[in-house]
Amino acid sequence: MPATSASSAEPNDAPPLPAVLELHDLACVRGRRRLFRGLNATLRPGQLLRVSGANGAGKTSLLRMLCGLMAPAQGRVLWQGQELKRVRDGFHRQLIYLGHAAALKDDLTPLENLRVAARLGGDAPDDAAALQALADAGLSGREHLPARVLSQGQRRRAALARLPLGAARLWVLDEPFNALDTAATAWLLGLIEAHLDRGGMVVLTSHQPVGLGERWQQCCLAL
Amino acid sequence: MGAGSATDSATDVGSAHGPDVPVAATLLAVFRRDLRIALRRRADTGSALVFFVIVVSLFPLGVGPQFDLLRRMAPGVVWVAALLASMLALGRLFADDHADGTLEQMLLSPTPLPLLVLAKTAAHWLASGLLLVLVSPLLALQFDLGAQAALVLMASLLLGTPVLSLLGAIGAALTVGLRGAGVLLSLLVLPLATPVLIFGAGAVDASLAGLGVEAHFSVLGAMLLVSLVLAPLAAAAALRIALE
Repeated sequence: MPATSASSAEPNDAPPLPAVLELHDLACVRGRRRLFRGLNATLRPGQLLRVSGANGAGKTSLLRMLCGLMAPAQGRVLWQGQELKRVRDGFHRQLIYLGHAAALKDDLTPLENLRVAARLGGDAPDDAAALQALADAGLSGREHLPARVLSQGQRRRAALARLPLGAARLWVLDEPFNALDTAATAWLLGLIEAHLDRGGMVVLTSHQPVGLGERWQQCCLAL
Repeated sequence: MGAGSATDSATDVGSAHGPDVPVAATLLAVFRRDLRIALRRRADTGSALVFFVIVVSLFPLGVGPQFDLLRRMAPGVVWVAALLASMLALGRLFADDHADGTLEQMLLSPTPLPLLVLAKTAAHWLASGLLLVLVSPLLALQFDLGAQAALVLMASLLLGTPVLSLLGAIGAALTVGLRGAGVLLSLLVLPLATPVLIFGAGAVDASLAGLGVEAHFSVLGAMLLVSLVLAPLAAAAALRIALE
């Protein structure tokens, strides 16, 4: 399956910032099936990369590859010009990955989950910040319920509440808009726009174009 | 796998950590999270303990009041039951984390994975192995063991059960995400755990025979130290492979 990469126009008045994340000639093989090959893409500060493709096209595999969870069958992933496995700890400090499992412990409350998740990511938010993040995610009043009783959308919100707490530069989100209602979608879009404004980078999978304003650069990678 | 785990750990542990990422605080957070989950799921946590008590108690009931025979079989029976009970509890060490996605977060943490594995194993031992240790003197009464032999039994379990948890962590990491992981885990770990069984039960036997137990305890302590260093490295390497 050929991969196409179309980048939106660069602003003319400023020279392009150096690429921070580079994918070179990536290939993915699951079992005996070759999902994609010859994939190239670069991500610069302030850019969003949307990965789209049919079910089973290898979107999640691609995200796992660029997090370093999976070794590519061929090709390289570079972070600031260096191979991922050589800069693993430094890279992981700059990364927040949210897979399609919400990474919540059913027996813990959203607040406890959030605290441990942030700690694991190398951040140490205080309780006030964590409670505020949960309130912004629309979970006020539910901070102390076990995560088991939350609905699918609320679980996703609880997982996404981690995003504003960390100082990570790269967010890798697998289907972040799944199960979110209109209000939560707007909240997440706001988070992404603020992150891009700070010079952050976002890679996400989504079937629909992300409804960002004109101001933000959005590339699309079709598998 | 030994060479692979050694190089893996070198890159993990050898990296510099800025003051902004307190490793100890992260480990404490993971440790407390796992203990808290164990406390909130008492039915799961307690099942290994109940299994241990029932299996050990079946022997005096089956053999009858033949005190000589009971005394002689006590160390072996209690140790074998402890071994099986810890296998029972180990299956879920990483399986739940794998299912809910937290294992991926552990792999992507800037904190070295072997240390996270160690924190998890410590919490697991506290919620399972330590309970077996604490209840063992009571079970020794059923076998007509004297106070000294019961104390030696308890001490041998105190040194030995952490080794079982650490060895089990390797097995649990290797079988994470597999169907029928429980049986495979036992097949992998039980052969590795036989030295612990031999020296643990041997210590009690020696005490019953009026011999010194220092040699047995030294060997158990050595096994604990070696597994404390090597098992988290091996388990971490296995987890990375399992999640590919």
